[in-house]
Amino acid sequence: MALQRCTKHLFNNVRVCTSLIQSMMCSGGSTSVNPKPDADTPIFPGVQSQWAESLELIHPHSYNKFPVYRVMDRNGCILNPSEEPQLESEFVERMYRTMILLNTMDTVLYESQRQGRISFYMTTFGEEATLIGSAAALAYNDLVYAQYRETGVLLWRGFSVDQFVSQCFGNCEDEGKGRQMPVHYGSKNHHFVTISSPLTTQLPQAVGSAYAYKLANNGRCVIAYFGEGAASEGDAHAAFNFAATLNCPVIFFCRNNGYAISTPTHEQYRGDGIAGHGPGYGITTVRVDGNDTLAVYQVTKASREYAVKENRPVLIEAMTYRLGHHSTSDDSSAYRSLAEVKEWGSLDSPISRLRQYLALKGWWDDAKERSWKEETRKMVVNSLTRA
Amino acid sequence: MVSPVLRLCMRYRVTGLSSGTGQKSPALFHKFITKRYVEFNFSPEKPCEGKGETSRMNLCQAINSALHTTLVNDPTAVVFGEDVAFGGVFRCTLDLQKRFGKDRVFNSPLCEQGIVGFGIGCAVAGTTAVAEVQFADYIFPAFDQLVNEAAKYRYRSGNQFDCGKLTVRAAWGAVGHGSLYHSQSPESFFAHAAGLKIVIPRGPIKAKGLLLACIQDKDPCIFFEPKVLYRAAVEDVPVKEYTLPLGKADVLVEGDAVTLIGWGTEVHILKEVADMAKEQLKVQCEVIDLVTINPWDVETVCNSVKKTGRVIVAHEAPLTGGFASEITAVIQEECFLHLEAPVQRVTGFDTPFPHVFEPFYLPDKWRCFDAVKKTLTY
Repeated sequence: MALQRCTKHLFNNVRVCTSLIQSMMCSGGSTSVNPKPDADTPIFPGVQSQWAESLELIHPHSYNKFPVYRVMDRNGCILNPSEEPQLESEFVERMYRTMILLNTMDTVLYESQRQGRISFYMTTFGEEATLIGSAAALAYNDLVYAQYRETGVLLWRGFSVDQFVSQCFGNCEDEGKGRQMPVHYGSKNHHFVTISSPLTTQLPQAVGSAYAYKLANNGRCVIAYFGEGAASEGDAHAAFNFAATLNCPVIFFCRNNGYAISTPTHEQYRGDGIAGHGPGYGITTVRVDGNDTLAVYQVTKASREYAVKENRPVLIEAMTYRLGHHSTSDDSSAYRSLAEVKEWGSLDSPISRLRQYLALKGWWDDAKERSWKEETRKMVVNSLTRA
Repeated sequence: MVSPVLRLCMRYRVTGLSSGTGQKSPALFHKFITKRYVEFNFSPEKPCEGKGETSRMNLCQAINSALHTTLVNDPTAVVFGEDVAFGGVFRCTLDLQKRFGKDRVFNSPLCEQGIVGFGIGCAVAGTTAVAEVQFADYIFPAFDQLVNEAAKYRYRSGNQFDCGKLTVRAAWGAVGHGSLYHSQSPESFFAHAAGLKIVIPRGPIKAKGLLLACIQDKDPCIFFEPKVLYRAAVEDVPVKEYTLPLGKADVLVEGDAVTLIGWGTEVHILKEVADMAKEQLKVQCEVIDLVTINPWDVETVCNSVKKTGRVIVAHEAPLTGGFASEITAVIQEECFLHLEAPVQRVTGFDTPFPHVFEPFYLPDKWRCFDAVKKTLTY
């Protein structure tokens, strides 16, 4: 009976709803919902489109794919000078140094797992530009929701090597209190929400936090990182839809690195990558060369500005390649050739690309390279010894 | 407000509607064959003392009052879910959007995993989030967000992050004709996830105080609302803000013969069973409303069991893995030598919740009374 009463109430409210829709559509500048016969454009509550009088099944190949934005070529040369970000040398150098430190830390900690010192590790080889480029474009207090391969973002924010190592060891210094597997970092002070293993759960949460920030009117945005595999989860669909319908200042940053453990992208999706989802949800979208640090920086900066100003979501798909294994529990030679990995590493390394840019600008040289690499190695090894 | 038709139906337990048999039958025949209501008498609380002015409210009005109070006193609070904007399919959110605006009271898309995930994110960022899941039967898409995320948020971050400001409300339990997907009581699924509080009110006065307590609690809470009581339960509810303690069971009727434990709608059935036992068996049963499923009030229950030595736990949810099993396990651990008979569970059966067979499925007063007789003569 309760249900019947509800139906009755619902029924009474249909009239109210229809007139509400009418007034909303009128105030929005579009025509009313009155189903006038032979209207010039279809008047349905669910769409604003045109009529078609000849049948055409619209196939996916007829849609234009999102282009990949880049600033540098593979040799670090600027392609379109007007797109070059006007950054101070110290800033770009800091980006590069952070990428080297990240690389060193990844190398040493991966080895430490092999030596039995820590139980597990995940490297970010090949994706340094997606992480540092984007992190550098955010405000320090924009809330970060990460998946598991975003160590570089937290490193940029100022999480120390000691703190990373402590979490991996689960020692008494770990702010997570030794409760989670390695690489499940989190830091309130660095506005980086603690990582959890279930994939994609962070996406709708990021949308909720962005909504909260909008109501608080604090000028902050939220960024949610995820891989192209994670984008297959239902939570991604939920997040995109909520962000768009509820007008949330959130950046969805997808690291499309070609593999979800062993599953290549052609077995993960059939459409135009993850960027292709954007228009489906009414989300502003951009695809970027994820190995181009400057392009990632530009794209993230522009997206942030837009998200905060308009209180609208943005979807960024950063195309990159996972040079390392999925984790220390994976040997990727089981599903891809060593030659493929080697080729990507030598032809399109995000680190060398930025290095070449720095060298062209006269901001970096071999001596600096050697000394910084040595210093980073010492830093990480000392940290391990202390842990 | 209960409509005259509904009141009539509830008193005489007659549908007043088509029998569905396609046959003309005498009204008397209708009374016994075409039952569309859960068989129970709502037993209202006496008006509270010292809580100030009261107003006659049913369960959904009491909940509306709690939400209203929250939106007034907590400037960060937001209320959202499917169809929440126009007042909700059960009218619990009536007039809230009108009063507090679209930013704070709003419809979400039709996606429970999104509703709960979004709610968690709001809570993490410092916003008090009251999320509605239209029917508890549809909470399962949000199971991952509730069990893997909400329940574990504080623990896994070493207390750096939490989503305590999240409360999830859902319409719960049998309604007379809800069948598989509008009748479920899924509390035991969530009791298994340490980190979630689960609360089930038995009437409007409890509902308002408990919901406010959940919203203000520092842990994520699930608040299940017995939908059959939305209109059927009417009490004099305090108008101002008040909270009731979570994790505390209520002894509604004191006795020494058998302890009867239930929650939500079942409590009213157990009260009637206690009356039947008093009248027919000349024994006084003790009736306990557990109120909070997690954390549950072990002390109150065990004190009662140690006094009576006999226990019946009754719930609508199916038998296997139902919350009665947890209570039974703890009772036999803590009160073994006090027990005069095994703990009896009177529950739904291990099948999906049926439609026309609902009267046979529910732990109604006759099944419970049978269990009382059985335990007394063990």
